[in-house]
Amino acid sequence: MKVSYYPGCTLKTHGKGLESSALACLEKLGITVEELPRWNCCGAVYSLADDDLIHMVAPVRDLVRAKEQGNEILLTLCAMCYNTLARANALMKNDPEKRKTINWFMDEELDYAGEIKVVHFLDFLRDYVGWDKLKEKVTNPLKGLKAAPYYGCTLLRPKEAGIDRFDNPSIFQDCLRALGAEAVDFDMSTQCCGTYQVLGNPEASLKVSFDILKNASEFGAEALVLACPLCDYNLGKRQGEMKNKLGLANDMPVYYFTQLMALALGVPEAECHFELNREISLGFLKERNFLKASA
Amino acid sequence: MPIFASKTECDDQLRQRIKEISGQEFQKCFQCGTCSGSCPMKEHINVFPRRVMALLQLGQKKALEEANTPWICAACHVCLVRCPRSIDIPRVMEAIRQVKLRENLDQVDPRQIEKEKIAELPQIAMVAGLRKFTS
Repeated sequence: MKVSYYPGCTLKTHGKGLESSALACLEKLGITVEELPRWNCCGAVYSLADDDLIHMVAPVRDLVRAKEQGNEILLTLCAMCYNTLARANALMKNDPEKRKTINWFMDEELDYAGEIKVVHFLDFLRDYVGWDKLKEKVTNPLKGLKAAPYYGCTLLRPKEAGIDRFDNPSIFQDCLRALGAEAVDFDMSTQCCGTYQVLGNPEASLKVSFDILKNASEFGAEALVLACPLCDYNLGKRQGEMKNKLGLANDMPVYYFTQLMALALGVPEAECHFELNREISLGFLKERNFLKASA
Repeated sequence: MPIFASKTECDDQLRQRIKEISGQEFQKCFQCGTCSGSCPMKEHINVFPRRVMALLQLGQKKALEEANTPWICAACHVCLVRCPRSIDIPRVMEAIRQVKLRENLDQVDPRQIEKEKIAELPQIAMVAGLRKFTS
């Protein structure tokens, strides 16, 4: 199977661990991945103003690149890019008036009407690979790892971009179980981490992220697993600040789900770029012997 | 806290503008408060979303300008998926932000962000934040 792939800006720098581990997993699963040529930033957030069509140009241009490539599916890894592209795609499919305006404005490009399917790696695994097949490929099951799946907002909301039910999702748990881990359900798994408020109101986003970590550990999680580089920043990289300002008791290791998947599928550790996670994350995996067979 | 409103204070132009930019019929809101109960930022906002909707319905410009709610809103969309009247509240918040931003009243000055912070933040945080807080 061949799919188009949109990386997005962060996956080439801070989020390298997400990209490189995911691509290695896809190779193990026998999926051919074609990165879009000349992709551009999707805009990170979907434009919410009704009269603001200019911010649709960036994501739609990426969708046009995918259409030119001729694959049916455009695969994304970053949850924010997924959300932005999926909603832009829905707009082009369902709103003839706006579609016409955007296509006219971009008259140097192919006309686009939502022909591509935008999917996130998680629903790709569910719908095109299947949990059983993923389970078969696992060589180093993550036995005994109590991992809490953190969905955040953009994988589930709004409905038209949701990869699962927004109120009671299970796709992330299913994925972790297929890898042999124990998925820990916790109350705040779909609560917002504060996202870009780290720029405008950093204290507010620190507090909401702190609450999420606290809640996950109350439910017995040893590690938090997520799919978004901004969630990773808020929930992972700011733990030092939470200790100083809010009295966070224990560090919690935070991973991209693809990093753990890579370990389970026997991908070399170097592909996971654990050096970009906090030190404690790598330390925890060593301590629990999850790195043994993948080196 | 009661809302004191009079016909003379009602800014109909603002109501029309928010309706136009958001594309939302905020008059449909029947004040159930599900949005306020669901908002992850409720500790940090000075006016709950339910009340923002009431102030909008009554065209209370001054009270709306004093609310930090649209600027703390993270567009997480929980209120939207739970709203029994299917009002896209994140779009209403966006419209309130846009009215200010289009007057060139930026909420974040990119020149004031520390260099180390810029190097440390993932790009999506910078792009998303500057889109929400600057014109």
